[in-house]
Amino acid sequence: MRASRGPAWTVFLALGSLMAIVGATALLLLIAGYDVPRALGALWTGSVGSWYALTSATLVRAIPLMLTGCAIAVAFRAGVWNIGAEGQLLAGGAGATAVALLVPGAGTIAIVLSLATGAAAGGVWAGIAAGLRARFGVLEVISTIMLNFVALYAVSFLVRGPLQEPTHAYPQSSSLADAVHLARIPGAGRLHAGIALAVVIVLAAGWVMRHTAAGYRLMAVGESPAAAASAGMIDVRRVTTLAFITSGALAGLAGAVEVLGVTFALYEDLSPGYGYTAIAVALLAGLDPWRVIGTSLLFAALEAGAGAMQRDAGVPSTLVSVIEAFLILGVVAAQALRARRASMVTGGELRRESAA
Amino acid sequence: MTDALTPFLAATVRTATPLALAALGEMLVERTGIINIGLEGAVLAGAFGALAGATAGGVAGGYVGAVAGGLLVGAIFAFCVLVLRADQIITGMALTLLAVGATGTLYRALYGASGASLQAPTSGPWAVPALATLPILGEALFDQPVITYVTYLLVPTLAWWMARTHAGLALRAIGERPDAAAAAGIPVARMRTIAVLVGGALGGLAGGTLVLAQAGTFVENMSAGRGFIALAIVVLGRWQPLGVALGALVFGAASALQFAFQAMGWNVPYQLFLAAPYLLTLGALAGAMGRARAPASLGRPL
Repeated sequence: MRASRGPAWTVFLALGSLMAIVGATALLLLIAGYDVPRALGALWTGSVGSWYALTSATLVRAIPLMLTGCAIAVAFRAGVWNIGAEGQLLAGGAGATAVALLVPGAGTIAIVLSLATGAAAGGVWAGIAAGLRARFGVLEVISTIMLNFVALYAVSFLVRGPLQEPTHAYPQSSSLADAVHLARIPGAGRLHAGIALAVVIVLAAGWVMRHTAAGYRLMAVGESPAAAASAGMIDVRRVTTLAFITSGALAGLAGAVEVLGVTFALYEDLSPGYGYTAIAVALLAGLDPWRVIGTSLLFAALEAGAGAMQRDAGVPSTLVSVIEAFLILGVVAAQALRARRASMVTGGELRRESAA
Repeated sequence: MTDALTPFLAATVRTATPLALAALGEMLVERTGIINIGLEGAVLAGAFGALAGATAGGVAGGYVGAVAGGLLVGAIFAFCVLVLRADQIITGMALTLLAVGATGTLYRALYGASGASLQAPTSGPWAVPALATLPILGEALFDQPVITYVTYLLVPTLAWWMARTHAGLALRAIGERPDAAAAAGIPVARMRTIAVLVGGALGGLAGGTLVLAQAGTFVENMSAGRGFIALAIVVLGRWQPLGVALGALVFGAASALQFAFQAMGWNVPYQLFLAAPYLLTLGALAGAMGRARAPASLGRPL
């Protein structure tokens, strides 16, 4: 899954994944007894079949998936099993909403402050799990999942309590003033400036991973904490904690961007599971931030199309989760088979010790 | 005070039952050095299997369906992790996602997109003669659905089996030193497969309990993280059957407090109670991790 085989391989992999996804979807639809051509037609129309679908449905969804997918890639690469992007996204959304409502007017400054607060809130939320892991050795797989539930109920409390809109009729915050909305891209429907921010951040994250000492340390720790520690110079605990918090900040930023660019208010159902889809996005990208740009577009199109499939062909939109799950299983199985072949060739143990 | 106490204790045991079933299964799995995060998926698949089975064959059919649903998730996990040697954590997450998607899709496809709530037959409480009339604890412990009594029996049986039989010793040996166990002639792969399947079946049974002994219907995502809480209970119970059972009771009590406080009219945001089990898990893990010792090979790549 390493990004070392050049652009031709990437294109091949991308086309292969795309065909696998469409093939798997068609097969599942056939088994379930749906009208396959009609459903696939709806999938196409709802995702990339028109300029409106492409911009307002697919690209708008790709923004949070790109940021959370990058968050997962950073964490998993460092050997941190952060399953909590969903909760970190909610924390970021809540933090950004609070600041955007409190800081009056002052357009750009308020936007920057809100986005920064969102990222910080996501970082803090991940920091809880990071601290529990560093201090008590608590498995982050469990703690981040628990924190996802806590975040959900915390937002549920906020939109019915301190942050509820003044009439107290709806479980949501007040709408944000126009001055703190992220600018719409002209001629591209609901697509907003968050897409540029997301692409720049993901490109930067990939660059840091490939070309800086910090990125090298992160990947060294992820490959083998013991080797990284015994090689000296690397404080494993510090690197994992930092990677964990960075991951949370990226997911928190996704929540902030979603509030300022799409919903303009805090809702309980701010995220339709972006933080979980992000795991599939990152794994299919081989945990490479740059490739996350491609896979997030793919999954955004799939989810946008699934909505249309449900409307036009009566296919339950939950089918997308099935496809995502099969994709993840396919990727890890292929990875495992390749690792086994490599260890047979070298005759030695070529296995990765996961963070113990 | 007893007026509030008995319902509280009864609710504690009721909520603890599915948690204990799922956690006991996962305990067996983890004792062989494998961690199955897909337990949540097994619980959900079990809940859906219970609905499908119960509409066809009543309560008994429901429990068969529940076990089948959990077994299916266990079998996929075993194939991916033990045969293909895929990563345990990612496989488990994917299976949970698969269960969410598959049960949601099947439910909407079979019973309508509106998700009109479907009634499944339920097994009512069955009072154990004599014991149920004991003061305070009698009604709470011995006026429960039959599945709760099954759980009572499972705890000492597993404790005896793990401590006193060759197979139980072999199971524990695999978790500590799989290579040494294999060298001693223990069929490591076969025992792990069996443990994962049993763990899946018990997870499914936990899901079945939610439908057949509690809710009387299926709701999308109705496992609501119970499989994940069960993972924490295993840690809290220090990988011992009795400890796991006590851990499940602690969580049952935390959930039951919600009803008790509401009955007393406390003015606390209800979300705090909903979040309580998850917060408790975090606190308990922080407290338990330092002292408890996990099976030495837990979660290591095979």
